[in-house]
Amino acid sequence: MNTDMKRRVFLKGSLAASTVGIAVSAGLLAPQTVLAAWPEKSFHAKSPKDALDGVFGSGQTEASNKIKIKAPDIAENGAVVPVTVKSDIPDVESIAILASANDSPLIALFNLGQNAMADVSARIKMGKTGDVIAVVKAGGKLYANRKGVKVTIGGCGG
Amino acid sequence: MAKSSIKIRAKERQGVVTVKCLISHPMETGMRKNKKTGKLIPAHFIQNVVARHNDKDVLDAQWGGGVSKNPYLAFKFSGGSKGDTITIAWTDNKGQGDSKSAKIK
Repeated sequence: MNTDMKRRVFLKGSLAASTVGIAVSAGLLAPQTVLAAWPEKSFHAKSPKDALDGVFGSGQTEASNKIKIKAPDIAENGAVVPVTVKSDIPDVESIAILASANDSPLIALFNLGQNAMADVSARIKMGKTGDVIAVVKAGGKLYANRKGVKVTIGGCGG
Repeated sequence: MAKSSIKIRAKERQGVVTVKCLISHPMETGMRKNKKTGKLIPAHFIQNVVARHNDKDVLDAQWGGGVSKNPYLAFKFSGGSKGDTITIAWTDNKGQGDSKSAKIK
Protein backbone atom coordinates (compact mmCIF):
# COMPACT_ATOMS: atom_id res chain seq x y z
CA MET A 1 0.00 0.00 0.00
CA ASN A 2 2.63 2.40 1.08
CA THR A 3 4.91 1.66 -1.86
CA ASP A 4 1.97 1.91 -4.21
CA MET A 5 1.21 5.42 -2.93
CA LYS A 6 4.79 6.42 -3.45
CA ARG A 7 4.68 5.04 -6.95
CA ARG A 8 1.63 7.16 -7.69
CA VAL A 9 3.28 10.28 -6.37
CA PHE A 10 6.37 9.48 -8.40
CA LEU A 11 4.31 8.97 -11.56
CA LYS A 12 2.48 12.24 -11.03
CA GLY A 13 5.75 14.05 -10.55
CA SER A 14 7.38 12.62 -13.64
CA LEU A 15 4.26 13.31 -15.69
CA ALA A 16 4.31 16.95 -14.66
CA ALA A 17 8.01 17.18 -15.43
CA SER A 18 7.57 15.67 -18.87
CA THR A 19 4.83 18.11 -19.83
CA VAL A 20 7.13 20.95 -18.87
CA GLY A 21 9.84 19.30 -20.96
CA ILE A 22 7.54 19.13 -23.96
CA ALA A 23 6.56 22.77 -23.55
CA VAL A 24 10.19 23.82 -23.38
CA SER A 25 11.23 21.80 -26.41
CA ALA A 26 8.24 23.11 -28.37
CA GLY A 27 9.30 26.63 -27.49
CA LEU A 28 12.82 25.95 -28.67
CA LEU A 29 11.73 24.24 -31.85
CA ALA A 30 10.03 27.30 -33.29
CA PRO A 31 13.16 29.44 -33.60
CA GLN A 32 15.18 26.45 -34.76
CA THR A 33 13.05 26.03 -37.84
CA VAL A 34 13.80 29.65 -38.60
CA LEU A 35 17.47 28.93 -38.09
CA ALA A 36 17.52 26.69 -41.12
CA ALA A 37 17.28 29.84 -43.19
CA TRP A 38 20.42 31.33 -41.66
CA PRO A 39 22.64 32.04 -44.69
CA GLU A 40 25.82 30.44 -43.39
CA LYS A 41 27.68 30.80 -46.66
CA SER A 42 27.09 34.54 -46.80
CA PHE A 43 28.23 35.04 -43.24
CA HIS A 44 31.46 33.20 -44.06
CA ALA A 45 31.96 34.94 -47.42
CA LYS A 46 35.24 36.79 -47.67
CA SER A 47 34.12 39.72 -49.82
CA PRO A 48 31.10 42.02 -49.53
CA LYS A 49 30.06 41.11 -53.06
CA ASP A 50 30.02 37.35 -52.37
CA ALA A 51 28.09 37.92 -49.17
CA LEU A 52 25.44 40.00 -50.94
CA ASP A 53 25.25 37.48 -53.72
CA GLY A 54 24.33 34.79 -51.22
CA VAL A 55 21.79 36.86 -49.34
CA PHE A 56 20.03 38.73 -52.13
CA GLY A 57 20.97 36.58 -55.11
CA SER A 58 22.87 39.47 -56.61
CA GLY A 59 25.95 41.46 -55.74
CA GLN A 60 24.95 44.33 -58.01
CA THR A 61 24.03 47.41 -56.06
CA GLU A 62 23.14 50.94 -57.05
CA ALA A 63 24.77 53.71 -55.04
CA SER A 64 22.16 55.81 -53.31
CA ASN A 65 22.48 58.75 -50.97
CA LYS A 66 18.93 58.11 -49.77
CA ILE A 67 20.51 55.69 -47.35
CA LYS A 68 21.86 57.43 -44.30
CA ILE A 69 24.54 55.73 -42.26
CA LYS A 70 25.27 57.09 -38.85
CA ALA A 71 28.60 55.82 -37.58
CA PRO A 72 31.58 57.51 -35.93
CA ASP A 73 34.34 58.92 -38.18
CA ILE A 74 36.89 57.52 -35.80
CA ALA A 75 36.10 54.51 -33.65
CA GLU A 76 38.37 54.28 -30.67
CA ASN A 77 37.31 50.73 -29.96
CA GLY A 78 36.68 48.52 -32.98
CA ALA A 79 34.85 45.99 -30.83
CA VAL A 80 31.93 48.33 -30.36
CA VAL A 81 31.04 50.60 -33.27
CA PRO A 82 27.51 51.99 -33.08
CA VAL A 83 25.85 52.07 -36.48
CA THR A 84 22.44 53.38 -37.47
CA VAL A 85 21.02 52.88 -40.94
CA LYS A 86 18.07 54.93 -42.15
CA SER A 87 16.56 55.15 -45.59
CA ASP A 88 13.99 57.30 -47.39
CA ILE A 89 13.52 54.71 -50.11
CA PRO A 90 9.91 53.41 -50.12
CA ASP A 91 9.00 49.73 -49.63
CA VAL A 92 12.21 48.61 -47.98
CA GLU A 93 12.22 44.84 -47.54
CA SER A 94 15.55 44.27 -45.90
CA ILE A 95 18.69 46.01 -44.74
CA ALA A 96 22.14 44.46 -44.61
CA ILE A 97 25.08 45.90 -42.70
CA LEU A 98 28.61 45.02 -43.79
CA ALA A 99 32.11 46.07 -42.81
CA SER A 100 34.35 45.98 -45.87
CA ALA A 101 37.62 45.31 -44.05
CA ASN A 102 36.41 42.46 -41.82
CA ASP A 103 37.39 38.86 -42.56
CA SER A 104 33.69 38.08 -42.86
CA PRO A 105 32.17 41.34 -44.11
CA LEU A 106 28.50 40.49 -43.61
CA ILE A 107 27.51 41.46 -40.10
CA ALA A 108 23.78 41.60 -39.92
CA LEU A 109 20.73 41.26 -42.07
CA PHE A 110 17.42 42.75 -41.02
CA ASN A 111 14.25 41.58 -42.72
CA LEU A 112 11.59 44.17 -42.13
CA GLY A 113 7.98 43.28 -41.53
CA GLN A 114 5.09 45.22 -43.01
CA ASN A 115 5.01 48.00 -40.46
CA ALA A 116 8.69 48.22 -39.72
CA MET A 117 10.43 51.40 -40.78
CA ALA A 118 13.81 51.54 -42.47
CA ASP A 119 15.61 52.64 -39.35
CA VAL A 120 17.74 50.13 -37.48
CA SER A 121 20.64 50.50 -35.07
CA ALA A 122 23.17 47.99 -33.85
CA ARG A 123 26.68 47.84 -32.51
CA ILE A 124 29.21 46.07 -34.69
CA LYS A 125 32.80 44.87 -34.56
CA MET A 126 35.35 46.22 -37.01
CA GLY A 127 38.72 44.53 -37.38
CA LYS A 128 40.42 47.51 -38.95
CA THR A 129 39.78 50.79 -40.71
CA GLY A 130 37.32 50.36 -43.52
CA ASP A 131 33.90 51.18 -44.84
CA VAL A 132 30.59 50.43 -43.23
CA ILE A 133 28.35 49.41 -46.10
CA ALA A 134 24.59 49.50 -45.84
CA VAL A 135 22.63 47.67 -48.49
CA VAL A 136 18.90 48.21 -48.77
CA LYS A 137 16.60 45.99 -50.76
CA ALA A 138 13.50 47.81 -51.95
CA GLY A 139 11.13 46.86 -54.71
CA GLY A 140 13.42 44.07 -55.88
CA LYS A 141 16.39 46.39 -56.33
CA LEU A 142 19.51 46.79 -54.26
CA TYR A 143 20.79 50.15 -53.12
CA ALA A 144 23.99 50.74 -51.24
CA ASN A 145 25.82 53.47 -49.44
CA ARG A 146 29.05 53.46 -47.50
CA LYS A 147 30.81 55.43 -44.83
CA GLY A 148 34.45 55.26 -43.85
CA VAL A 149 35.26 54.52 -40.25
CA LYS A 150 38.77 54.80 -38.90
CA VAL A 151 39.50 52.19 -36.28
CA THR A 152 42.29 52.82 -33.81
CA ILE A 153 42.04 49.53 -31.88
CA GLY A 154 40.82 46.50 -33.82
CA GLY A 155 37.87 44.57 -32.51
CA CYS A 156 38.50 41.14 -33.97
CA GLY A 157 41.94 40.35 -32.56
CA GLY A 158 42.58 38.70 -29.20
CA MET B 1 13.79 31.95 -12.81
CA ALA B 2 17.12 33.04 -13.95
CA LYS B 3 17.44 36.65 -14.87
CA SER B 4 16.40 37.32 -18.43
CA SER B 5 19.13 38.01 -20.96
CA ILE B 6 17.00 40.63 -22.67
CA LYS B 7 16.16 44.20 -21.75
CA ILE B 8 13.49 45.96 -23.76
CA ARG B 9 12.32 49.57 -23.91
CA ALA B 10 9.46 50.35 -26.24
CA LYS B 11 7.98 53.83 -26.58
CA GLU B 12 5.15 55.10 -28.74
CA ARG B 13 5.17 58.66 -30.00
CA GLN B 14 2.88 60.02 -32.73
CA GLY B 15 2.07 56.57 -34.03
CA VAL B 16 5.67 55.44 -34.26
CA VAL B 17 7.01 52.91 -31.83
CA THR B 18 10.72 52.92 -31.06
CA VAL B 19 12.03 49.70 -29.62
CA LYS B 20 15.45 49.48 -28.04
CA CYS B 21 16.83 46.30 -26.62
CA LEU B 22 19.96 44.92 -25.10
CA ILE B 23 20.80 41.23 -25.03
CA SER B 24 23.57 39.83 -22.87
CA HIS B 25 25.56 37.38 -24.93
CA PRO B 26 29.31 36.73 -25.43
CA MET B 27 29.12 36.90 -29.26
CA GLU B 28 32.33 34.92 -29.89
CA THR B 29 33.27 34.90 -33.56
CA GLY B 30 35.26 31.70 -33.37
CA MET B 31 38.30 33.51 -34.74
CA ARG B 32 39.63 34.82 -31.45
CA LYS B 33 42.40 33.02 -29.59
CA ASN B 34 42.69 32.37 -25.90
CA LYS B 35 45.84 34.28 -24.99
CA LYS B 36 47.06 31.74 -22.43
CA THR B 37 46.51 28.49 -24.30
CA GLY B 38 46.70 29.77 -27.87
CA LYS B 39 43.59 27.79 -28.69
CA LEU B 40 40.69 29.23 -30.62
CA ILE B 41 37.69 30.19 -28.57
CA PRO B 42 34.74 28.34 -30.11
CA ALA B 43 32.17 30.41 -31.95
CA HIS B 44 29.15 31.33 -29.91
CA PHE B 45 26.95 34.05 -31.30
CA ILE B 46 23.32 34.94 -31.87
CA GLN B 47 22.14 33.97 -35.33
CA ASN B 48 18.54 34.98 -35.26
CA VAL B 49 16.50 37.66 -33.53
CA VAL B 50 12.78 37.99 -34.04
CA ALA B 51 10.69 40.91 -32.87
CA ARG B 52 6.94 40.55 -32.62
CA HIS B 53 4.30 43.21 -32.10
CA ASN B 54 1.32 41.44 -30.53
CA ASP B 55 1.39 38.34 -32.76
CA LYS B 56 2.80 39.91 -35.90
CA ASP B 57 6.46 39.74 -36.90
CA VAL B 58 7.95 43.21 -37.21
CA LEU B 59 11.60 42.43 -37.65
CA ASP B 60 13.57 39.29 -38.35
CA ALA B 61 17.29 39.79 -38.01
CA GLN B 62 20.05 37.40 -38.95
CA TRP B 63 23.37 38.08 -37.35
CA GLY B 64 26.93 36.91 -37.79
CA GLY B 65 29.84 37.06 -35.39
CA GLY B 66 30.44 40.67 -36.41
CA VAL B 67 27.83 41.99 -34.05
CA SER B 68 29.35 43.31 -30.83
CA LYS B 69 29.30 41.51 -27.51
CA ASN B 70 26.10 42.14 -25.56
CA PRO B 71 24.29 43.28 -28.69
CA TYR B 72 22.18 46.40 -28.89
CA LEU B 73 19.32 46.58 -31.33
CA ALA B 74 17.00 49.47 -32.04
CA PHE B 75 14.27 49.76 -34.64
CA LYS B 76 11.07 51.64 -35.36
CA PHE B 77 7.68 50.63 -36.64
CA SER B 78 4.31 52.21 -37.19
CA GLY B 79 0.86 51.06 -36.16
CA GLY B 80 1.60 50.25 -32.55
CA SER B 81 -0.10 51.79 -29.56
CA LYS B 82 0.55 52.09 -25.85
CA GLY B 83 -0.07 48.89 -23.94
CA ASP B 84 0.64 46.59 -26.90
CA THR B 85 3.06 43.74 -26.38
CA ILE B 86 6.51 43.55 -27.90
CA THR B 87 8.29 40.23 -27.82
CA ILE B 88 11.94 39.74 -28.62
CA ALA B 89 13.33 36.25 -29.10
CA TRP B 90 16.86 35.17 -30.00
CA THR B 91 18.57 31.92 -30.90
CA ASP B 92 22.31 31.33 -31.09
CA ASN B 93 24.49 28.88 -33.01
CA LYS B 94 24.40 26.42 -30.10
CA GLY B 95 20.62 26.27 -30.24
CA GLN B 96 20.20 28.22 -27.04
CA GLY B 97 17.75 31.05 -26.90
CA ASP B 98 15.62 33.33 -24.81
CA SER B 99 12.61 35.52 -25.26
CA LYS B 100 11.01 38.34 -23.36
CA SER B 101 7.93 40.49 -23.70
CA ALA B 102 7.35 44.07 -22.73
CA LYS B 103 4.52 46.58 -23.02
CA ILE B 104 4.78 49.66 -25.19
CA LYS B 105 4.86 52.81 -23.09
